Amino acid sequence: MVTYLFFLLATLAVGSALATIMSRSTVNSALFLVLNMVSLAGVYLLLKAQFLAIIQILVYAGAIMVLFLFVIMLLNVDDEQTIFSKKTFRNAFGFLLGGIVAGQLFYAIAGYTGVLPDISAEMTSVGTVEAIGKTMFTEYLFPFEVTAILLTVAVVGALFIAQRNPKSQN
Amino acid sequence: MELLHDIYLYLPAVIVAIAGLAVMMLSAFQANHQTVLWTSVFLVAVALIRAGADLFAEAGYVFGGMAAVGGMAAFGTFIILLGTLFTLLLCHDYFEKAGEYFSEIYAIILFATTGMIVLATSTNLVTIFIGLETMSVALYVLAGSVKSDKRSIEAALKYFLLGAFSTGFFLYGIALLYGAAGSTSLEAIAAVTDKGLIYWAGTALLLTGFFFKISAVPFHMWTPDVYQGSPTPITGYMATAAKTAGFFSLMMILSRALESSHVQWSEVMQVIAVLTMVFGNVIALVQTNVKRMLAYSSIAHAGYALVGLSAGTLEGYSAVQFYLFAYTIMNIGAFGVIAYFERYRDLDLTELDNYAGLGYKQPLMGVLLTIFLFSLAGIPPMLGFAGKYLVFAAAVQSQLILLAIIGVLTSAAAAFYYLRVMVFMYMKTPATDIQLAPVGTVYTLALGFLALLTVVLGVMPWTVADILAAF
Repeated sequence: MVTYLFFLLATLAVGSALATIMSRSTVNSALFLVLNMVSLAGVYLLLKAQFLAIIQILVYAGAIMVLFLFVIMLLNVDDEQTIFSKKTFRNAFGFLLGGIVAGQLFYAIAGYTGVLPDISAEMTSVGTVEAIGKTMFTEYLFPFEVTAILLTVAVVGALFIAQRNPKSQN
Repeated sequence: MELLHDIYLYLPAVIVAIAGLAVMMLSAFQANHQTVLWTSVFLVAVALIRAGADLFAEAGYVFGGMAAVGGMAAFGTFIILLGTLFTLLLCHDYFEKAGEYFSEIYAIILFATTGMIVLATSTNLVTIFIGLETMSVALYVLAGSVKSDKRSIEAALKYFLLGAFSTGFFLYGIALLYGAAGSTSLEAIAAVTDKGLIYWAGTALLLTGFFFKISAVPFHMWTPDVYQGSPTPITGYMATAAKTAGFFSLMMILSRALESSHVQWSEVMQVIAVLTMVFGNVIALVQTNVKRMLAYSSIAHAGYALVGLSAGTLEGYSAVQFYLFAYTIMNIGAFGVIAYFERYRDLDLTELDNYAGLGYKQPLMGVLLTIFLFSLAGIPPMLGFAGKYLVFAAAVQSQLILLAIIGVLTSAAAAFYYLRVMVFMYMKTPATDIQLAPVGTVYTLALGFLALLTVVLGVMPWTVADILAAF
């Protein structure tokens, strides 16, 4: 069952990644990237890393992708032809870096001989919501509480900057 | 029960955090500015008294080793709260005059103070980072709190961008040190024996992050613009309380986590200290704007404090603590007087030329500014002299004689630009007739008290130095 699910999610992830880079419209690309991240979150769940899966959806598929979409819609970039037709140094450098990363990934994959990674008992106990919650509310309680203050001041500060001066309205 | 006990021991920060939330609610229900101000002042005063009592308490750890209480941590908390209290008292008149007065300012100041206390007392890199961010995010907002002033907005944006940039260094340093030690607690980092590339790279990046925050040369580029553009009482707050928090955290890390690498980081500190003292003072010499001149002078003062850190001895650390205490008192005072003078109709009174004759227009303010500037210049018997003396004495004791000599020479040069303000105030005739509004009672009393501290503690520095020696 787990194996079948893995193949389903993995196909979905690879397919949506390909669709991301191949689709013509940037908005479609961004939406395919969301699908890619959600299916990756599914793979994390299969590896018993619940917390990572939730964070993947909340942070990447949620917050960061919304930012992506906003930027795409505000900037209105659909002229991708002109970006890649120029042979600038920056593009060449980007391709070089991409090539290096791809090579590294292939090297790592080629070195692996098993079918699926073995999940040890230790790995499953660390990544659960339960284990992380326990650590967060005992050992790391203090930084957790201060983070609450940090988020409060960020929200109050943002509203403070955004609000208008009542006097200047008149 | 242990948690409640820890909260009791950590009460100053807890009170300030609760005060921040309370004041936030008050301003949400559109309470009168005075109510909000005096609620904040009252709660900060309570926290300050508690922090003062902590100075004599036993040093220890709370929250499972996440933060320290008593000793150095208590003194840091004390200085930060002292700076906050006087900033609050001086804020009101300034923002009222600036015409952009939102009572949320007080909530943000109180949250910033909570962040500073956490930063100054924590003994774990995770907590240090969160404290630093709480402080910084609040200060970015405060820098831009006068929204009709272009320079204030510019200051906020510059501070935000460079602050975020330096946070990158800081966080990368933390990550690498975590990799080297396998834990973020300062104790575990002190226990690292296998000092490889990861350890040194982590240390270097972490220190770079700190140098940005305490505006040491060559990481000071943001300071003049941000200090000049921000509302003046807020500049005083950033230059004193925020810097104090950064220095205390740095001392905590140097003394508890990097003690064994003292020889290596001390050399770096010495070079940075010389650069900071020389650049800060030399550039301050040619400034024609008093606020900008004080910004450069605050860079130079960070250099003097770094001299004490380079010593790396107990004497050095307690001298730096005394220095930060003295610096906070006199600098908040100096910025307070400048905030009062700041503007008359369309005339920018932070320009030195416009200071001509102001000493006779407002005799009391003139005298107060004279006291604070004398103290900043390090002229005996003011508090600033005692601070400088202790720092240089600690350096000499650790055989850093050349460093002490450079320090003394640069502070002699510094006397020129402090005294020049007095020359303009008392010996030049004003070009235009300026009628400044009378000073508020609270404002006068707050500045008068700071001036009194500057003189009295300057005559009797041992009252504070003895407490510090007992840590």
